[in-house]
Amino acid sequence: MKINTNGNVYTFVYATVLVVIVAFLLAFVSSALKPMQDANVARDTKNQILTSLNITGLKGDAIDKKYDEVITEELQEKGGKVFVATVDGATKYVLPVKGRGLWGGLWGYISINEDKQTVFGTYFDHESETAGLGARIKERWFQEQFNGKPIFTDNPQQVALTVVKKGASKTETEIDGVTGATLTSNGVASMVTDGLQQYIEFLNK
Amino acid sequence: MGKLFSKENCEVFSNPLNLNNPIAVQVLGICSALAVTSQLEPAIVMGLSVTVITAFSNVIISLIRKTIPNRIRIIVQLVVVAALVTIVSQVLKAFAYDVSVQLSVYVGLIITNCILMGRLEAFAMMNGPWESFLDGIGNGLGYALILVIVGFVRELLGFGTLLGFTIVPQFCYDNGYMNNGMMTMPAMSLIIVGCVIWAHRSINKEEK
Repeated sequence: MKINTNGNVYTFVYATVLVVIVAFLLAFVSSALKPMQDANVARDTKNQILTSLNITGLKGDAIDKKYDEVITEELQEKGGKVFVATVDGATKYVLPVKGRGLWGGLWGYISINEDKQTVFGTYFDHESETAGLGARIKERWFQEQFNGKPIFTDNPQQVALTVVKKGASKTETEIDGVTGATLTSNGVASMVTDGLQQYIEFLNK
Repeated sequence: MGKLFSKENCEVFSNPLNLNNPIAVQVLGICSALAVTSQLEPAIVMGLSVTVITAFSNVIISLIRKTIPNRIRIIVQLVVVAALVTIVSQVLKAFAYDVSVQLSVYVGLIITNCILMGRLEAFAMMNGPWESFLDGIGNGLGYALILVIVGFVRELLGFGTLLGFTIVPQFCYDNGYMNNGMMTMPAMSLIIVGCVIWAHRSINKEEK
């Protein structure tokens, strides 16, 4: 007997069965892989924090080991979490920041020197910025531009560090943005300035 | 084995690379060609991902093609593609985290790629799994080929680099050469795709 694949009943049953199968499949894959994914995400976060401290190129277990060695304390400050790190005997603070890019969320880690006046290193990442343009904020050449830059100009209550259009930076606290990615660069600018501003009490302590 | 690589099957595979190229002739998948080609590396990654996903979704649809009710076939195709892409991205996230981070931006672009839907609808619904597999690989590679050409031109002229390595020597910049900022804009990829289509058509004029 040939089934009529155009009938209403068949169509309804087919759609229902298909959706149930796919839903079970997705739920199964998702819950079976969750622990491994969470471990990967946790390790990646550690790697991002280490990258902001200019420690790069680690893989696998070496990341966990180095992280435990470098990060000595986690402080709960007004404005958010602060990681205290010891790199080559010197104390550094890592401040997590969050922002909005063109298409989705941005986040980053800014590590500062013990005097809380200059940047030691940065790490930025994004959810879904345009590949080859906005996504380049993830590249080291962009992040390394911040190294050694002062956070304040003359007013210690107002964070001055920001990102401007490429080639337009005039002062020490203005960092070149990414060509062709003005909106993502603006997102990074407000993430850095406003993000650090939230830690203002900690920075002046 | 002889039947697997018959003349027809070879044509199914090789036609999309040139005479029936999904971008240059069918003008499908332009949206993603525009989004990911400002540099060479994302263009290659996207091209390969689309090749793999097109091939496997073609096979799945081809296997169940006789059972699919005609009126909801597009929905069925979409569900299969979306499920496949989601599962692949979940598996990568668990076992190859670095790769999944690289691909995360493309996942949405792959699901909505017109080439996928076009091949499912035009080929996999009427042909066997093996032919559909070849068709998927062929179309994916044809798409990748154009992406790589556009990515090559845009990265070279827009940034003076290829795959991140500097190509244009420093003394050119010292003597007044400048990277073309226009090339980094999405609009330029449409113009380059237009030029590729133009070149492709004038080469193949006689054969048509």
